[in-house]
Amino acid sequence: MATETAANNNKSVLWDWLTTVDHKKLAVLYLIAGALFFIKAGAMAIFMRIQLMSAENTFLSGQTFNEFITMHGTIMLFLAVTPLIFAFMNFAVPLQIGARDVAFPFVNALGFWIFFFGGLLVSLSWFFGGAPDAGWTAYVPLSSGEYADLGLDFYVLGLQISGLGTLISAINFIVTIINMRAPGMTMMRMPLFCWTGLVTSILIVFAFTPLAAGLALLMLDRIFGGQFFMPDAGGNPVLWQHIFWIFGHPEVYILVLPAFGIISEVVPAFSRKRLFGYTAMVFATLIIAFLSFMVWVHHMFTVGIGPITNSVFAIATMAIGVPTGIKIFNWLFTMWGGKITFNTAMLCASSFVPTFVLGGVTGVMLAMVPVDYLYHDTYFVVAHFHYIVVGGIALGLLAGTYYWYPKMFGHKLNEKLGQLMFWLFYIGFHLTFFIQHILGLIGMPRRVFTYLEGQGMETMNLVSSIGAFMMGAGVVVLLINIVYSAFTSERITVRDPWDARTLEWSTTTPVPEYNFAQTPQVRSLDPWFYEKVHGEGLMKPAEPMDDIHMPNGSILPLTIGLGLFVWGFGMIMLEMANPIITPWIVIGTGVIITFGSMLLHSIHEDHGYHIPLDKIKKIEKEVG
Amino acid sequence: MSDDLSKPFSQSALSHEEILKINRERRIQITAFAFMIFLTLLAFLAVGMEMVEPGFTIPFILLLAVVQFVLQLFYFMHLKDKDHQWPNAFMMTGIVVATPAVIALVLLLGVTKY
Ligand code: HEM
Ligand SMILES: [Cu+2]
Repeated sequence: MATETAANNNKSVLWDWLTTVDHKKLAVLYLIAGALFFIKAGAMAIFMRIQLMSAENTFLSGQTFNEFITMHGTIMLFLAVTPLIFAFMNFAVPLQIGARDVAFPFVNALGFWIFFFGGLLVSLSWFFGGAPDAGWTAYVPLSSGEYADLGLDFYVLGLQISGLGTLISAINFIVTIINMRAPGMTMMRMPLFCWTGLVTSILIVFAFTPLAAGLALLMLDRIFGGQFFMPDAGGNPVLWQHIFWIFGHPEVYILVLPAFGIISEVVPAFSRKRLFGYTAMVFATLIIAFLSFMVWVHHMFTVGIGPITNSVFAIATMAIGVPTGIKIFNWLFTMWGGKITFNTAMLCASSFVPTFVLGGVTGVMLAMVPVDYLYHDTYFVVAHFHYIVVGGIALGLLAGTYYWYPKMFGHKLNEKLGQLMFWLFYIGFHLTFFIQHILGLIGMPRRVFTYLEGQGMETMNLVSSIGAFMMGAGVVVLLINIVYSAFTSERITVRDPWDARTLEWSTTTPVPEYNFAQTPQVRSLDPWFYEKVHGEGLMKPAEPMDDIHMPNGSILPLTIGLGLFVWGFGMIMLEMANPIITPWIVIGTGVIITFGSMLLHSIHEDHGYHIPLDKIKKIEKEVG
Repeated sequence: MSDDLSKPFSQSALSHEEILKINRERRIQITAFAFMIFLTLLAFLAVGMEMVEPGFTIPFILLLAVVQFVLQLFYFMHLKDKDHQWPNAFMMTGIVVATPAVIALVLLLGVTKY
């Protein structure tokens, strides 16, 4: 069994990608899926901005606008940024801790496919009477069976499934980071991206479980006649808001912490200095993570919970500003006096800092209860959180893309196009969203599909839309850049094209499937930099060369995801007016595919295969 | 190398002491399990028999619940074992994070329904 699989190489490329359990290939899959969803949600944003370009525009109907808003927010958060973060975590974390793969490669693939099919299920709603339209927060009663159609069932079940995928990927990363570190890689020598990856995974475990519970309750209400959120039946709609925000606030930190991590990798690399205040950074991350569970009511100040509760949560919210400030200053001090190279990655990373500060400042403003009564549900809020999600997370992801691209794909992205993209995106971003602060202050409500003439909102909305088009152009330039560089960029053969500091740059390019022929011995923080300066320029091995044990690929993660997809679709069919076939047949099929695949995985023994020593030597000689 | 992994091994790799330890562990687990079933039975009895007055029953079963919770953590979730720092840290984190949230929710939602 073990030997025959070594002949895997002559299977088709497509089959290889569908069955892969290699963290580097899964990273590429995550990257592609996340980018596709990002483009989809970005297109919706552009359409919304076209609609809002002039007063009383009729480009989109109110219903379509609501569906776009909901899908834009939902896709961006759950199906675009989350997988993009997982893409970089998948690629970089095992390399940065000196591991050959994640702890459970099969589970890693499973997480991807479950996420992917969940996202597909949400997207399918367009073809069955319209997308969900209750906002990404899906507040009841707007999202209850009384007011919302089939779209909300797709939201509930699709997110339930994709959330499951996210959850198991997170568990996998926790185990990987705790157990798979190379000798000498103590916790306090881990790169900050690994730390933020670990903390994000922990947050996912603690935050996605309440979400799963909330979605399950909503599903029971909608499909099976439950009444958890039905006030006239004794339920409590505010309970949904609590559950949602107990998940929802940590969720924003789930997304932004890895971006912090990327910035903390890129800034030292291109400032030619070690990260300032490493320990403080780690503890700031931990404190932010802890506090993020204690502040959810700041989304509910206007619900009427009472002044004392509001004050407590307002103060807790402002407290998060302290560790965040520590991080900001540490990035600034890292750049201070450094020999800075302003390439695209560094442009994105360094401009992240001021933009994020702006988003943080408006965040503290929103945390003041009396003023939040004015700001709540206006464009001020939209401006605030886009400064975090676009100016923070999207810029972080762009920095990560330009930084890790040569390791992932063997060539750099074109610098000229990169800088063009950056300026288009950055100027467009501030045009779009800065002016929305003012729009909010003069009273433009959030989530409206149009506004009246003569209220002084036309010009500012036009400016905002023009900015959005510039951002769109920036993304198009990035896509052009990817294609253009694939054909024209010079191939990278050196290990370390950026002269960087962390362990992933000590591997050969392209990275062989086993990552490290010999597990490296880590002797310091920034181990690769340490060996370049104090050592012999290569990592010291921690073990002799030997055969390497690798896991086999498997199609079962895909079929389990497919089974859940069919199962979820069957549940939605229960709500359809006249389904083509009995829903229970579809549900049964899904259940059988899911658990059948699991059973197959349990009874089919698969111990993986070994790459023999002479083959490793051959590969090392080729790439080295 | 890994070719023989699917065949059963002729001999256990565990030492005699380790096997003893596992047996002891198993006994403890079963005892703990039986004790918890007993506690659950008590709770059911207290409610179902309608002999004890409610003013006593509610604190009583709450107390039983707390005892169960601690036992579960210590025995089933291995909080009592050495070399379990990481799982313990996570369990503690979970408790520390969840307790205030649950208390706040109970206080905020209370009996008033909006
Ligand atoms: C690429 C540029 C982007 C543009 C032009 C844009 C535009 C918009 C617009 C017009 C709205 C509707 C505002 C309203 O009326 O309430 C919106 C909402 C939203 N956006 Fe974006 N957006 C962008 C990127 C992002 C990103 C990257 C994320 C998340 C990572 C994101 C997350 C959200 C969320 C969560 C909402 C709220 C949806 C809701 O109200 O349910 N956006 N965006
Ligand atoms: Cu929040």
